[in-house]
Amino acid sequence: MGELAAEKHVKYILSVEKRKDDFQSVVMEHLRMNGAYWGLTALDILGKLNTVDADEVVSWVMSCQHQSGGFAGNVGHDPHILYTLSAVQVLALFDKLDVLDVDKVTDYVVGLQNEDGSFSGDIWGEVDSRFSYIAILCLSLLHQLDKINVEKAVNFVVSCKNMDGGFGCIPGGESHSGQIFCCVGALALTGSLHHIDKDLLGWWLCERQVKSGGLNGRPEKLPDVCYSWWVLSSLIMIDRVHWINKEKLVKFILDCQDTENGGISDRPDDAVDVYHTYFGIAGLSLLEYPALKAIDPAYALPVDVVNRIRLRKKLAV
Amino acid sequence: MDSDDRIPLSERPEWSDVTPLPQDDGPNPIVAIAYKEDFAEVMNYFRAVYRADERSPRSLDLTAEAIAINPGNYTVWHFRRLILEALNVNLHDELNFLDDIAESNTKNYQIWHHRRWVAQKLGTDASRKEIEFTKNILSLDSKNYHAWSHRQWVLQALGGWEDELDYCHELLEEDVFNNSAWNQRYFVITRSPLLGGLKARRESEVSYTVEAILAHPENESSWRYLRGLYSGDTHSWITAPQVSSVCLKVLSGKRNFVFALSTLMNLLCHGFQPSQELRDAVDALRTPDDSPTDPDLANTVCLILERVDPIRVNYWLWKKSKLPQ
Repeated sequence: MGELAAEKHVKYILSVEKRKDDFQSVVMEHLRMNGAYWGLTALDILGKLNTVDADEVVSWVMSCQHQSGGFAGNVGHDPHILYTLSAVQVLALFDKLDVLDVDKVTDYVVGLQNEDGSFSGDIWGEVDSRFSYIAILCLSLLHQLDKINVEKAVNFVVSCKNMDGGFGCIPGGESHSGQIFCCVGALALTGSLHHIDKDLLGWWLCERQVKSGGLNGRPEKLPDVCYSWWVLSSLIMIDRVHWINKEKLVKFILDCQDTENGGISDRPDDAVDVYHTYFGIAGLSLLEYPALKAIDPAYALPVDVVNRIRLRKKLAV
Repeated sequence: MDSDDRIPLSERPEWSDVTPLPQDDGPNPIVAIAYKEDFAEVMNYFRAVYRADERSPRSLDLTAEAIAINPGNYTVWHFRRLILEALNVNLHDELNFLDDIAESNTKNYQIWHHRRWVAQKLGTDASRKEIEFTKNILSLDSKNYHAWSHRQWVLQALGGWEDELDYCHELLEEDVFNNSAWNQRYFVITRSPLLGGLKARRESEVSYTVEAILAHPENESSWRYLRGLYSGDTHSWITAPQVSSVCLKVLSGKRNFVFALSTLMNLLCHGFQPSQELRDAVDALRTPDDSPTDPDLANTVCLILERVDPIRVNYWLWKKSKLPQ
């Protein structure tokens, strides 16, 4: 089996910055905040966050904040809860949460909760259980979870649970590994994992592993490196990760590397991108691959970052 | 769009009064964005009219151009909705506009969200069209998550349940492994106001599912659907003759029996009393390498599963450890 080409991946992530003529970066403009989160978290797991100028990143992040308190995917765009979480996570990576006007960000997130407990993604009202997780995580990082109606938020997430033990984007929606991650994460962060039938969900999740060792997102779909994160983190949160074959999954992720130019793709021999590079590295971290920082499955941030935030809360209390 | 035929905005008279506004990426962008020229120009003009909040027909056209280049930009969509409202545009035309771009962008959140916004404004009038539209998208990709979400929303918000069960059947005829179609079937059975609910439909659904299982016993989706039909009613689950008999049939066939074994395992864990026939069928699946016959059927089932489904061996070992000794 090959090894993780860590140095090449660091170079690849840093090089995404320098590319000027690639269409991928054009269509990524509006979600640059997500790109920053993926790239920077991957760098941190690889122990190389210090190769980036923190002040520059922080000032760019803050320039994406809207007067409503929410963050946009880039300067001059509209705020969305997706980018607000990425912004808070990036600031957390650099230990710069103190630059935030916490009340303002909190107001923005709180304002997106609907009567039924669900969350909209922005003022246009799209509802999705992903946004419940994002809102709950965002407020957890800011120690403001008590500002929303947690009970209703939990009830909405639980209403997205299906008979196969999984979760969909709205009540009745098909179970999907990405949505399951969000719903399990939301329940984990609110101390509500008792709503999950762990054995049933754990079995559904471990059935996602296919012969190649990779994980898929739904029955009969192709495996994809990103599910190494969505499925694995969910299995860890419900304490069932030993049900999959870890060695085979490690091999699958390593087979998706571009060992020449760095980066990780969705499946072996496909084109690499920052998104899959992050999920591959984060997945390996969850699999306790050597020399990687541990990542927290619910916070989707390195464990030392999460501990720092938790400690602050204790000291504040 | 063929870029050779495109006239730059800077050369069009109707845009001569607008000064384009370039993207401000800050001093030294961390994930620097490279722009193709056309895209950059359209976005520069877009930023200008957006900044000026100009809700005009030409702004509406400009958003269409920007969307054609990058349909993922949610700020463009957002502004387009503001313009549609301000100009009181015929929203049926807007649905047609969306039809044109939808097929090449079937996994774009913004387009689906915009579509829902339009359909919601049109109300029940839009139901038939939306049911047809999602059917078209699903004919290209029968597992498209966005299309299914939209369709479920349409059914619940605007109606149109009449043919939905037939539609599920149609899709399952095409591909019985389509988990999305099984999920939709469950959605219809449990939520359609026309069918009387899960309990009323259980018997016929069980027969339907048993037939599907016997045709393809390796199908994870049909087995899960079967279990779902007894959701919250364990007593019926372990006593239903159809359930144990489908297990027996598949096990006796000696092929593709993993899900039959795991279902049997589930039944046994809930107190199911197996017949001698079932015991014999399981016994016949043992190989000479397996340890001697265990009086506890569940132990034997686990042993076989460990061998035939090695990637999940830890799961089956755990299952075994949970059995009452």
